[in-house]
Amino acid sequence: MENLAIKTNIRKQLMTGSQAVVHSLIAEGVDLIFGYPGGAIMPVYDALYDVEDKITHILTRHEQGATHAAQGFARATGKVGVCLATSGPGATNLITGIADAQIDSTPLVCITGQVTSHLLGTDAFQETDIIGISMPVTKWNFQVTRAEEIPFALAKAFFIAKSGRPGPVLIDITKDAQFETLHFDYKPFKGMRSYVPTPKLNLDKVKEAATLINSAKKPFVLFGQGVLLARAEKEFKEFIEKAGLPSAWTIMGLSALDSDHYLNVGMLGMHGNYAPNKLTNECDVLIAIGMRFDDRVTGDLNRYAKQAKVIHIEIDPAEIDKNVKTDVAVLGNAKESLKALIDLVIKKEHKDWLENFRKLEKEEYNEVIKKELNPKAKLMSMGEVINKINLYSNQKNIIVSDVGQHQMIACRYAKFKQTRSSITSGGLGTMGFCLPAAIGAKMGMPDTQVIGIIGDGGFQMTIQELGTIFQFKTAVKIVLLNNEFLGMVRQWQELFFDKRYASTTMVNPDFQTIVKGYGIKVKKINKREHLEEAIKEMLSYEGSYFLEVMVGKENNVFPMIATGASVSEIRLK
Amino acid sequence: MDKKRFTISVFTEDVVGILNRVSIIFTRRKINVESIAASESEIKNIYRYTIVITETENQVKKVVGQLEKQVEVVKAVFHTDSEIVHQEIALYKIKTGVLASGGNAEKIVRSHNARVLSVETEFSVIEKTGHKEETQQLFDELQPFGILEFVRSGRVAITKPMKTLSSIVLQLEELVKN
Repeated sequence: MENLAIKTNIRKQLMTGSQAVVHSLIAEGVDLIFGYPGGAIMPVYDALYDVEDKITHILTRHEQGATHAAQGFARATGKVGVCLATSGPGATNLITGIADAQIDSTPLVCITGQVTSHLLGTDAFQETDIIGISMPVTKWNFQVTRAEEIPFALAKAFFIAKSGRPGPVLIDITKDAQFETLHFDYKPFKGMRSYVPTPKLNLDKVKEAATLINSAKKPFVLFGQGVLLARAEKEFKEFIEKAGLPSAWTIMGLSALDSDHYLNVGMLGMHGNYAPNKLTNECDVLIAIGMRFDDRVTGDLNRYAKQAKVIHIEIDPAEIDKNVKTDVAVLGNAKESLKALIDLVIKKEHKDWLENFRKLEKEEYNEVIKKELNPKAKLMSMGEVINKINLYSNQKNIIVSDVGQHQMIACRYAKFKQTRSSITSGGLGTMGFCLPAAIGAKMGMPDTQVIGIIGDGGFQMTIQELGTIFQFKTAVKIVLLNNEFLGMVRQWQELFFDKRYASTTMVNPDFQTIVKGYGIKVKKINKREHLEEAIKEMLSYEGSYFLEVMVGKENNVFPMIATGASVSEIRLK
Repeated sequence: MDKKRFTISVFTEDVVGILNRVSIIFTRRKINVESIAASESEIKNIYRYTIVITETENQVKKVVGQLEKQVEVVKAVFHTDSEIVHQEIALYKIKTGVLASGGNAEKIVRSHNARVLSVETEFSVIEKTGHKEETQQLFDELQPFGILEFVRSGRVAITKPMKTLSSIVLQLEELVKN
């Protein structure tokens, strides 16, 4: 890394704070950032103007779009997403994306401009206490008031954002610090005594875990994003194959294993698959890897896996015993932990136990999946659209979903053959996430087919990012599953609020006209016989493409675990 | 699980905003902070916060886990009252006449081993260190004579276990080097 500074030939060079910002980014290997200019960040934009050959700045249409795009970029590539915004409203508009990144452990570095330091606390124009506001939703944040602090603050920001359990970091830089000069000397940050990113693996704990796994008759693995973040896909696969462990992914763990792998028993959670939810309460050893027992995964904690011994393989010590009491906690990075475990587990198949999953899978297929994928109703189902994408693509797409019914359907039915190919807002459930996140993912992985699956509600929350697609000719595919309802809320109103559909009907504009105005190829279908051709056309189209599919208005997502119910009370209808 | 009184000691780097980062962990869980005291510790640039809350042990464990997770928190620990030696300081402002009148007030001050910190023509300041119950008792006994002002500090506490902060810091610093 030090060589980078030498390579850019700017070591110890006198420059302004704003130039130091961009040269720090270059030293960190950043070549793509998302943002929106404004008064307090203008010096940095001016410095960016000189390095356009090294850093591409994507002008989103709203700062929220910049954070979600940076998230999409980070999730698709594994690199740190960077965004830039001005003070005041620019900074506050970042908050939703930062909160989303915090709960979904996405590495982001957000740089905000701030009013000149002597104006701090005076209610100056576009002044807001973004350090205070962002504190609960950042892994770390820091306000820079002197130019000489910039290289160190940014080096530390990148280190913290990407190390250990990743997360968002915000650096707020006053305008005077951007104008001031300094002798630029960039040194990568090497760590600090108050921050232990990755706990040292305790081999005794690994042995204890292996003993439990080896003695188990009905072992069951739950895996989350930790496998992807640690780039432990290979080790994970080897581990479960050797020990013969049926494995279910959380929504954040999607794509860490091939969808069709014989040990992949589907998705956990409220709208997950039948077998993994039901059998959580039958397994004898529960092995949780890089997941945090979210309430949408566990349902009623008092009736969650009480019969099982619990092994928790986790990088963040604060997650141990947070929701589910652990018998053996293996603290550390998932890759290291799994590597150590592989050698200690005995080769097994657990055929009879796996057969239990197959039986319940069949039940779910007959009751739910068959009907969702081959519906008899006149209007199309969301599931059949996703299924056609599976059928006519090589399944190596990145699927970006928004939040709601279509998200659950996309996560349930899309096939994943490539790691890091599902991008969705899991923890925060941020409507409006998909469109900008898909843009960021496509920019990070330009050679991969990126398909955004979006509902008519979420689409209109960040619809302005169509402008970003237009300006940067981003070849994303957008599938709008339009049911003219806020479908998930409507489903709850139907089931739990006596069908009182308060404010869930959407009277929508003509999306075709709007999207067409942004120079994007559009198509709308409402008949099943046009679906195959439309999907094929979308997939083979070179540029950006918007496919609007009118789907059943009052379809429900099943299976479902009602709030307060136990995972084993999952309903098929 | 029953709620008990716990004393949390948080050791942090000396940086702006860390008090806020520490306090929002309590706010977010709607935990009332009964007392808080902060000062530099025996190690330069490491600050020590002593925070008293009444909670279940389970919840305290989680809170301490979240505190220690903060990037600039070096270490966080929690103890019950029996595992610490703790003290508070209280100041009482009363009319000097009350003390000088030869009445009971002077006896009360003496019997509590409190000391007179300052005597002015109009008022005197009494200082008492002790547990909250003790400073409160002196307050209750002086109240009939009229207390013009009263202030009590947050609890400060020294833990009984012998593991020192310096050894923990040394260990952490080794970790960074390797």
